[in-house]
Amino acid sequence: MDLLTIMLSTPIANAGGAVGAGLAAVGAGIGIGQIGKGAVEAIARQPEASNDIRANMILTAALVEGAALFAIIVGFLAMVL
Amino acid sequence: MISGRFKSLLVAGFSVFYLFFSTAVFGQEDSLHQAAKKGFNAKEIIFGHVLNNHDFHILDIVGDNGEKHPISIPLPVILYSKQRGLEAFMSSHFHHGEQNYRNYMMLTDEKIEELKLDPNKYSAQDILAVNDQGQIDPSIRIYDISLTRNVVQMLISLGLFLWVMLAIAQKYKTGQGVKSAPQGSQSLLEPVITFVRDEVAKPNLGTSYEKYLPFLLTIFFFILINNIIGLIPGSANVTGNIAFTAVLGVISFVVIIFSSDKHYWGHIFNPPGVPLGVKFILVPVEFISVFIKPFALIIRLFANMVAGHIIIICLISLIFIFGNMNKFAGWGTAPFSIAFTIFIYLIEVLVAFLQAFIFTMLTAVFIGQAIEGKQHQHHEKHEDSMLA
Repeated sequence: MDLLTIMLSTPIANAGGAVGAGLAAVGAGIGIGQIGKGAVEAIARQPEASNDIRANMILTAALVEGAALFAIIVGFLAMVL
Repeated sequence: MISGRFKSLLVAGFSVFYLFFSTAVFGQEDSLHQAAKKGFNAKEIIFGHVLNNHDFHILDIVGDNGEKHPISIPLPVILYSKQRGLEAFMSSHFHHGEQNYRNYMMLTDEKIEELKLDPNKYSAQDILAVNDQGQIDPSIRIYDISLTRNVVQMLISLGLFLWVMLAIAQKYKTGQGVKSAPQGSQSLLEPVITFVRDEVAKPNLGTSYEKYLPFLLTIFFFILINNIIGLIPGSANVTGNIAFTAVLGVISFVVIIFSSDKHYWGHIFNPPGVPLGVKFILVPVEFISVFIKPFALIIRLFANMVAGHIIIICLISLIFIFGNMNKFAGWGTAPFSIAFTIFIYLIEVLVAFLQAFIFTMLTAVFIGQAIEGKQHQHHEKHEDSMLA
């Protein structure tokens, strides 16, 4: 049983890291999609505010993506460490 | 037809049945791993690009007997240790890790495997102190302050940045662009500088934006020029280095702290209009967020740049990985891989600009939050563009 655990530990760590990073990408996709949806609807309602809306959209998207990248870095660490 | 319950039982039975086969694959895992490594080591190429090196590695020439002859520009190695003092020499003396020089040894991936060192503690391009027989001396602690690839590239981009900016400033001093229309590189940079001033500095910092504008412009252009130069094939990955982004984050943190006043700290430790029970939760969260916000800046820039570079290298490596298995599979993968790589490359150029802008914008937002108290005294209205 010990040999099996040793052989399984590194591939499972790699798989865990990869699955975690993939889930983080799903989270980022959903989050940024919602931001885009809200921004586009707001521009449709009031086209002359599109510059302000675009600036806020990009800022919020960067914040959400920052959170997702935290998770991707952790997934990477799970693979390497 | 098969009933629903029996179908789900069959599905469960098949899943458990396949689970038994999956363990057998693990048993073969190591030999497969070794074969792929000897042919084409994608991991070595990725980490060789993303991490720091003691030389500018240009290319490898593979000889007839399979030996690699690397072609690279060596860089100075500067080492300091208490026992041996300060030593400086060119990294070409190491001959890519094959020889020891002056009782120092440079590690490579093969050596780490050979000497059975712990790969978590030691990585390629580390320099260790050895005695005359070539054995590692663990008591000597070396401080590696050499001019590595990232440092040299950062200095090159710094020189380029200063040259461009000072030339343009000189042109403005002689009146070109002030009394007459801007020309040449002035018309390239003036919209960008005006953009940073009008979209980033003024909305977030209010009336005292001029104090912080040089800092914000420096951060923006420095990150931008390092991002762009890092995208050139063969160059080093400066902004994808956590030490580089950590220093930028710490500098932003220091600026934020030094521009905060007692209104800011009052709002953190005693938020107005909050019931007492919620305050117990809110005050620690607010206090920690003072440190988390610059930390997020650091991680965001680092992770975006590193992820982009790794994706590009992985897509190109796909060609070689498939090529090792079957020559025609390699040729077939090439058009798709190159198409994807071009697509990702264009996205990376966008990300280069975007990350520089986001770093600057968020620093401006945090400074704006810190100096907010002074604004309340000048204006009655609250700045709407600041996000919590």
